[in-house]
Amino acid sequence: MDTASLSTPHAVRPEGSKPLVCVRHVSKQFGNGTLAVRDVNLSLGAGEFVSLLGPSGCGKSTLLRMIAGLGAPSSGTIEWPTTTHDAAGEPQRDLGFVFQDPTLMPWASALANVMMPLTLKGVRKAEARERAAAMLALVGLKGFENSYPRELSGGMKMRVSIARGLVLRPKILLMDEPFAALDEITRHRLNDDLLELWWKEKFTAVFVTHSVFESVYLSRRIVVMAARPGRVMADLDVDAPYPRDELFRTSPEYAHLCRVVSGKLKEAIGS
Amino acid sequence: MSVPSIDAPAAAHDGTDSEARPVFATEPRILGLPASAWPRILAPIAIGVVTLGLWELAVRWNEIPPYILPGPLLIGQTLVADWGTLSGSLWITLRITFMALAAAVIVGVTLAVLFTQSKWLEMSLLPYAVILQVTPIVAIAPLIIIWAGDINLALLICAWIVAFFPILSNTILGLNSADHNLVNLFQLYGATRWQTMRHLKLPAALPYFLAGLKISGGLALIGAVVAEFVAGTGGSASGLAYRILEAGYQLKIPRVFAALLMISLSGIAIFLVTSWISHLLLRRWHESALKREN
Repeated sequence: MDTASLSTPHAVRPEGSKPLVCVRHVSKQFGNGTLAVRDVNLSLGAGEFVSLLGPSGCGKSTLLRMIAGLGAPSSGTIEWPTTTHDAAGEPQRDLGFVFQDPTLMPWASALANVMMPLTLKGVRKAEARERAAAMLALVGLKGFENSYPRELSGGMKMRVSIARGLVLRPKILLMDEPFAALDEITRHRLNDDLLELWWKEKFTAVFVTHSVFESVYLSRRIVVMAARPGRVMADLDVDAPYPRDELFRTSPEYAHLCRVVSGKLKEAIGS
Repeated sequence: MSVPSIDAPAAAHDGTDSEARPVFATEPRILGLPASAWPRILAPIAIGVVTLGLWELAVRWNEIPPYILPGPLLIGQTLVADWGTLSGSLWITLRITFMALAAAVIVGVTLAVLFTQSKWLEMSLLPYAVILQVTPIVAIAPLIIIWAGDINLALLICAWIVAFFPILSNTILGLNSADHNLVNLFQLYGATRWQTMRHLKLPAALPYFLAGLKISGGLALIGAVVAEFVAGTGGSASGLAYRILEAGYQLKIPRVFAALLMISLSGIAIFLVTSWISHLLLRRWHESALKREN
């Protein structure tokens, strides 16, 4: 227990400068009266890997969508201190989003799906094709450019979805339980590849999950949330060094960290 | 690590394995068609041949006169003998059918796109589209024939009224059924309305539109024939329906049957063509066009 420890509250930022996103006193009440998120404060630094961990109904997906700009908070603000803003004062959010389902366009090939964000941004077709193909190769799908989503396995579809999320080289990648529907073997493999991508591409990763094991394996920092109403209960640093691999997954440190985070999650559910 | 077998990584199942791609078994082909396709073609043909044979026999044995019920052979002979007049009429009916169908596609899709852009437009206009759809065409055809002045235009309007609603309502359904998360994603990337329409909503609506097109193809023909019947009673038409009326008055019943046969075959041809177009456009991606092993 020397290399890996859990420190709380969250103390050291990996790259000390200004945070990328500041969530301040954000609450969200839906039209039907449900208070999905209550008074959440959170800042996301550049290059972090943050997991939002909590039981279903704790508002973690709602929070993620608000960060993405899909649905405004009922109260509070979400600031992007380091980004430019357009004339209307909207921040030019530089982000990618990966949904729980792969959410691919079934009528388009893997390559066309990954090209979509580039096309929408007005990138020339030839360049878009090239960049999308490079991104597909990066997620391990070289040779599947012309396959349609239905011809791909669940894990491969998720890879296409991640490639699409990263193709604009965003500063931040938001992921909403992306691997929840996959089998364990595929999930482990994708976790490893995601970490490798994050390490290489140096984006900020925000990862919503309800799996303690997944969150500990992946993240530098875990934000534990509780339900009804959704709120932040704990903000933990996971100090185990990267790169993490199969050895880490089977180490006593990992088991210990999982136990501690499990305890925190239990507290959060019990409260 | 000394633990032997438990944590051996399963490298083969990495989510990228080519095993996940579907295997397309190559089937033996007979005369260019897969062997499994032949029963679907031969079985209905066999039933048809047997039925026609029994019909012919029944007519001969019972000595039924041709002005009551002609046998299939006589109908075939009439079709050949009268081909000159009948084919001209067929052409007139088909031309109206296809023009009506084209108009139905243009107006139906345009209205559907406009309706999904503006809820107000949809709320204000959709009820009138429904009224057009539920009013029996036979009842309003005489009015349209009077108002339109030109008989061909009147027939076109009638066939169009019958044909356009399935395309409109199916396309509206399709445009509204684009994956909500994909709509969000387009929003997130700052897509314009036109981009969302062009790259997301129109492709998502395609299967629905094509289902509507299959229905409308048949309806356009029915609309054209019904309107001709109405117009034909006034003696001012020259399509297949008019030939049926005319032959009926003259008790040329084999000719009635020959014209009926041509209408049915046209309907089948229209259905096959629209199904084929649908198959071509959807075969790579849509569930309805996929072959399954199980």
